[in-house]
Amino acid sequence: MATLSFFYFGSVIVLCALLVVIFRNPVYSVISLLVMFFHIAGLFVTLHAEFLAAVQLIVYAGAILVLYLFVVMILNLQQDDSYQRQVKWGLGLGLLALAEVIAIISKAALPDEPAQSKTAAAAAGEAATVVGNTEMVGKALYTTYLFPFEVASLILLVAMIGAIIMAKKGIMEPGPLRESK
Amino acid sequence: MDMLVFAGASVAKIAVVMVTVLITVAILTLAERKVLSWMQDRMGPMEVGPYGILQPIADGIKLFFKEDIIPAGANWVLFSLAPIISLIPAFIGFAVVPYGPNIEYELYGVTIKPFIISDINIGILYVLAFASIGAYGVILGGWASNNKYSLLGGLRAAAQVISYELNVGLAIIGVLILAGSLSLVTIAEKQAGGFWHWNLIGGLQIIGFVVYVISSVAETNRLPFDLPEADSELVAGWMTEYSGMRFAFFFMAEYANMILVSCIASVLFLGGYHAPYPGTLLPGILGYFEGVAWFTVKVYFFLFLFFWIRATLPRLRYDQLMRFGWKVMLPLALANIVITAIVVYVLR
Repeated sequence: MATLSFFYFGSVIVLCALLVVIFRNPVYSVISLLVMFFHIAGLFVTLHAEFLAAVQLIVYAGAILVLYLFVVMILNLQQDDSYQRQVKWGLGLGLLALAEVIAIISKAALPDEPAQSKTAAAAAGEAATVVGNTEMVGKALYTTYLFPFEVASLILLVAMIGAIIMAKKGIMEPGPLRESK
Repeated sequence: MDMLVFAGASVAKIAVVMVTVLITVAILTLAERKVLSWMQDRMGPMEVGPYGILQPIADGIKLFFKEDIIPAGANWVLFSLAPIISLIPAFIGFAVVPYGPNIEYELYGVTIKPFIISDINIGILYVLAFASIGAYGVILGGWASNNKYSLLGGLRAAAQVISYELNVGLAIIGVLILAGSLSLVTIAEKQAGGFWHWNLIGGLQIIGFVVYVISSVAETNRLPFDLPEADSELVAGWMTEYSGMRFAFFFMAEYANMILVSCIASVLFLGGYHAPYPGTLLPGILGYFEGVAWFTVKVYFFLFLFFWIRATLPRLRYDQLMRFGWKVMLPLALANIVITAIVVYVLR
């Protein structure tokens, strides 16, 4: 059952990810990305990570993708503007990524100690269902990973300030616009 | 066999909830027109049936038999898909709402909770996740109509949903700190024993409550925040090109969202199915239904509030909406989190 659902979610994810780049209409691409996010959330649910599944939907599907759609609809891209020929770059980067994927899969297909890692994963899953994985994620974020967590929030703050400064050019120097306010 | 009994019971519960929600939607379409009319010293619908009580049925028949129109320049795939994308998330959220006490019955050896469809440990996040998906119906419907008014309505919906969804999420964190759980069932159970234990009063979540109610009015695109629809400037906004059953789907989604938001507000802030006094007045099984009745009363209070606000307040301008969301509601919600966290930390 678990394997079956994994293959369902996995194949739909791969298919939708392909469709994102295959579709010529950017709005269709956004929708197939939405379907893909849903199936990633489904994959999280099958792994008993309900919290991650909900966050996946709220953050990616609910907020970020809406912004994408917003931008795509406002820009109203012309077909010729949106596509350039980048075969050389695409081929090079694609081969690199493919080599990486093959390397990872070949490692995963021949694990060193299969029995031990499996029991560890099962134990972690059991602990998560007993305590509730939301609590576990929260505890891990605010104890073990407190420093990286705070650093990540600082990075986001920097990005926000950067976005504001880029959007409001001339906010730093006193201009006629500012004085008139 | 066990699986079959469980599935049968779940399907029965889902059917009851769905039918109740659909009937409530029908009642609300009439109630809204009647309440608005009385507030404006009019009579409202009076023609169909005594005092117009059969009006929802007449409206339903009319919408059902209307011609199915797709505009010539519209993208018909998305145009047909958008009402469905709007409607399904509006109904999905009802799965995690506790409608009555968390009691268990043994049926052929299977434990069944008659008043709760599903108690998942991330209940409230599940509702928020699907509430945000509903916006896609509005945005895509606006885009696919190939109409400038529809497109503007859709864009406004996108910006509005992102802004106010954030406030909804932050407003409930105070409640989550108090309950220590994301499950709506647990949150409701923690508020047992009289109105002074409710999160609004006992938990002093007044700021959170106000921010939640205002933001949820905005999230359901109701007046005074119905800028995606804005009849006076955008014809009917994203619904301009829709008619017949597709229009009815959008309409049902809006009302189902109102009911869902009211259910969540009663569970989070007003104790859900708990009466204002400790325990129940009626004994035994009747006591459970007393809880369901109190829950219904609270939900209808919020639904009345939606109509009341609509009859009272004029529509905001778009820049006012954004400024209000980001510069008033967001700081209030953040302040509520900080204060609640400090108080809970000191007292425990």
